[in-house]
Amino acid sequence: MSLLSLKSVIKRFGGLTAVNNFSTDLQPGELCALIGPNGSGKTTIFNLITGIYAPTEGKIFFDDRDISGKKPNEITRAGIARTFQNIRLFKGLNVLENVMVGHHLRLKSDPFSAVFQLPGYMAEDRKMHQEAYELLQAVNLAHLADKEPTALPYGQQRKLEIARALATHPKLLLLDEPAAGMNPQEAEELMEFILHILKNFELTIFLIEHQMRVVMGICPRIIVIDHGEQIAEGVPEIIQNDPRVIEAYLGVTENA
Amino acid sequence: MKIKRNTLLTLAALAVFYGLLALAENTLNTYWVRILNLCAVYTIFAVTFNLIFGYTGQFSLGHAGFAAIGAYVGALLTLSPAQKQANFFLQPILPFLANVEMPFLPTLIIAGLLAALIGSLVAWPALRLRGDYLAIATLGFSEIIRIFLVNWQPLTNGAMGLKGIPEYTNLYWSWGAAIVTIFIVKRLIDSSYGRAMKAIRDDEVAAEALGVNLFKHKIMAFAVSAFFIGVAGALFSNLISTIDPKVFLFTLTYQIVGITVMGGMGSLTGSAVAASLYTIFLELLRPIESQITIGSLMIPGRPGMRMVIFSLLLLFVILFYRKGLFGQKEFSWDWLIGFLRGKNRKMKTSQTLGSTGAADKENKS
Amino acid sequence: MTFELFLQHLANGISLGSLYALIAIGYTMVYGILRLINFAHGDVVMLGAYAAFYGAALFLLPWYIAFPLAIIITAALGVIIERIAYKPLREYPRINLFTAAVAVSFLIENLGIVIFGGRPFAFTRPEFMDVNLSFGKTSIISYTFIIIITAGILFAILLYLVNKTKAGMAMRALSKDIETTGLVGVNTDRIIMFTFALGSALAAAGGILWATKFPQINPLMGVMPGLKAFIAAVLGGIGNIPGAMIGGFLLGISEILIVAFLPSLSGYRDAFAFAILILLLLFRPNGIMGEVQAEKV
Repeated sequence: MSLLSLKSVIKRFGGLTAVNNFSTDLQPGELCALIGPNGSGKTTIFNLITGIYAPTEGKIFFDDRDISGKKPNEITRAGIARTFQNIRLFKGLNVLENVMVGHHLRLKSDPFSAVFQLPGYMAEDRKMHQEAYELLQAVNLAHLADKEPTALPYGQQRKLEIARALATHPKLLLLDEPAAGMNPQEAEELMEFILHILKNFELTIFLIEHQMRVVMGICPRIIVIDHGEQIAEGVPEIIQNDPRVIEAYLGVTENA
Repeated sequence: MKIKRNTLLTLAALAVFYGLLALAENTLNTYWVRILNLCAVYTIFAVTFNLIFGYTGQFSLGHAGFAAIGAYVGALLTLSPAQKQANFFLQPILPFLANVEMPFLPTLIIAGLLAALIGSLVAWPALRLRGDYLAIATLGFSEIIRIFLVNWQPLTNGAMGLKGIPEYTNLYWSWGAAIVTIFIVKRLIDSSYGRAMKAIRDDEVAAEALGVNLFKHKIMAFAVSAFFIGVAGALFSNLISTIDPKVFLFTLTYQIVGITVMGGMGSLTGSAVAASLYTIFLELLRPIESQITIGSLMIPGRPGMRMVIFSLLLLFVILFYRKGLFGQKEFSWDWLIGFLRGKNRKMKTSQTLGSTGAADKENKS
Repeated sequence: MTFELFLQHLANGISLGSLYALIAIGYTMVYGILRLINFAHGDVVMLGAYAAFYGAALFLLPWYIAFPLAIIITAALGVIIERIAYKPLREYPRINLFTAAVAVSFLIENLGIVIFGGRPFAFTRPEFMDVNLSFGKTSIISYTFIIIITAGILFAILLYLVNKTKAGMAMRALSKDIETTGLVGVNTDRIIMFTFALGSALAAAGGILWATKFPQINPLMGVMPGLKAFIAAVLGGIGNIPGAMIGGFLLGISEILIVAFLPSLSGYRDAFAFAILILLLLFRPNGIMGEVQAEKV
């Protein structure tokens, strides 16, 4: 049984077809990459999966439930979390609070008990604090818990965004260009980090990446799209030698 | 330990504050008591604007309309049947209101609830809009409310307004309400719900992607704000004892925005301080609008001068203290104690004033 | 309602609409570039009317000197406001810019009360605007047409400036993308000054024509027209100049006609504009001519 399943998904913006008849399946525990030249529709596919856009045609299933056209917060609740291409941290909240926002969706106490700090809420709040802190420990950011996110170096901001997504307890994590703007060493660390969370958080990861080193190094399966259509799929070795992939990239591989 | 100490300090401060209110109520003349009451009303206005905009990021310009609802509820539920008859001489008041006369507390609560209800009804469609579109739509709703109140003679006595409203508002009521407002708003923004609201303010897309229900949290901020604006409106009409519907023009909302920005977006302390300063300041300047005689030179009074000075001051604050008087900082006991001990420089938590340059400078000198 | 009466109302509506449109253009141009709701714009309208009033009543200038002079003075004031109050805040959160506009608005209104006095003045129309024209059974005073014609000429000049001149094209580029346009060598500051000058000049013209239509001026006279014109700008799709014109006419005509057909609702006249606005926003959140701007994720 596949965890995520896109069935002939089409997305049009006016006259422009951004995603054309895209189908794929992700199995639980898988680490899969989505690559393609700029403007090929990768982020649009992520936006379709996470509900920022509704598909024009086709269906998206997650855990055997039809999630096409559902709102982003409902989809997150169902178990899909994501990060963004341009890091979107909450600047007015500190590092710990950024993660705690990810816990909010499981809060059971109503606003009244929150305002009057009734025991039920206080217990939940303590648990939330503790879990958020543990999550920061797990990603080696605990020492920065009370810092402002903008004060963090770039690589750590990326990590924080991932930690924040993990706080929603996702089954599927979508990473949109996690290595963007990183130097080779940082990218190396990131690869290890991704493999680490894949194992430790019982995740399935779907990622978009431009840095081929990252993709080829860790992803057993790669999907290549161009102009919104899938042009190749398979293990890194096959992808690297696929003539259509080479044509699509025209020799441009890194940071195209 | 520390939390307990701070709670005790807060209770002690409240007791002292109560004493001061009692002192003011008994010794100051009615003119100054009225001004101190107005300080509380404007504090509520600014704190609630801060909740909607400063913490939740929703640029709502509906304050004047919600305040008007509260003011009319406050008047219509407390006016005696005889006074109502005297007020509504053009056309009698709607029968269901003719004989109602309620004590102040239920009146305040009903004023708040009705404002919250209408606030939510307004927010329901309007919150689909973002940014400036939300601003203009809420401003529009506010004006529509006002225009209805002006035209609905059997309910509101129309453009003539209402007179003879019992002056129930005293310092205990007004500041009591202000403190309750600050308490609840503070607790709300510090809770998990508040974190979700701030997340919405900082980045709606990211907040929604983390499972935050945007609509639910925005409407919560709206309803809570509107409730207290309604209460403040009722306090206002039972303070001034008359209602002139012109007071609730959208310019009232602009004033509230100005006060809140002056105090600092995201600082409840700032809202309270700026609201009080604004009210007292406008009163202190009143003489400049009346005739002044310096020696043989006589300067005729110029109405409008006070607002000229206020707007220049507002402009000055925005241009040179861009984060307002308090920025996003709040008063806290930890800060005060640290300040008194002179070692605030070590304190770096985001909620305290200790980390500001201003406090550091104070320390050095 | 007779057809003649209808025509009279329609002419009235078009002339009111052209006033809204003149004022709305300033809102929309400034918003297009700075994303600022310049709430002081309505007060600039008032300044225009007072400048013309003083020129004619105090300095006894003939209207053909007083009116253009008033427009020039108001345009200069518009630029000064931008320099002092808005320019330093361009890089800051938009609430600051908005509050600055509120402060400027309060300042102009209350300075108006201090300097001009709170009592209204009677504005004397030039004689040629006070001619009674008869068309069969209807009679319309000439200012109605003069307002429409003047506004039409000003629209034509504006569209020429915006579409055919370098400054106008730079202005449009700026409203598409302020950063990139700055990079390709356009002097952003000067274009913004140009925008404020142009917008304020049109507002002044609107204010003077407003005073000929409703010949009483007071320091708060700009508040409601300003707000209505802003609504017109939003109706048309804020940032869009032809949209502002369409929005202005739509608002003016519908306001007059609704009251003409349903006189019992005349007390609610000011609420119509908002009701139309809210309904439109709910169904077309970007206005009639506005482009849909999807947020980039």
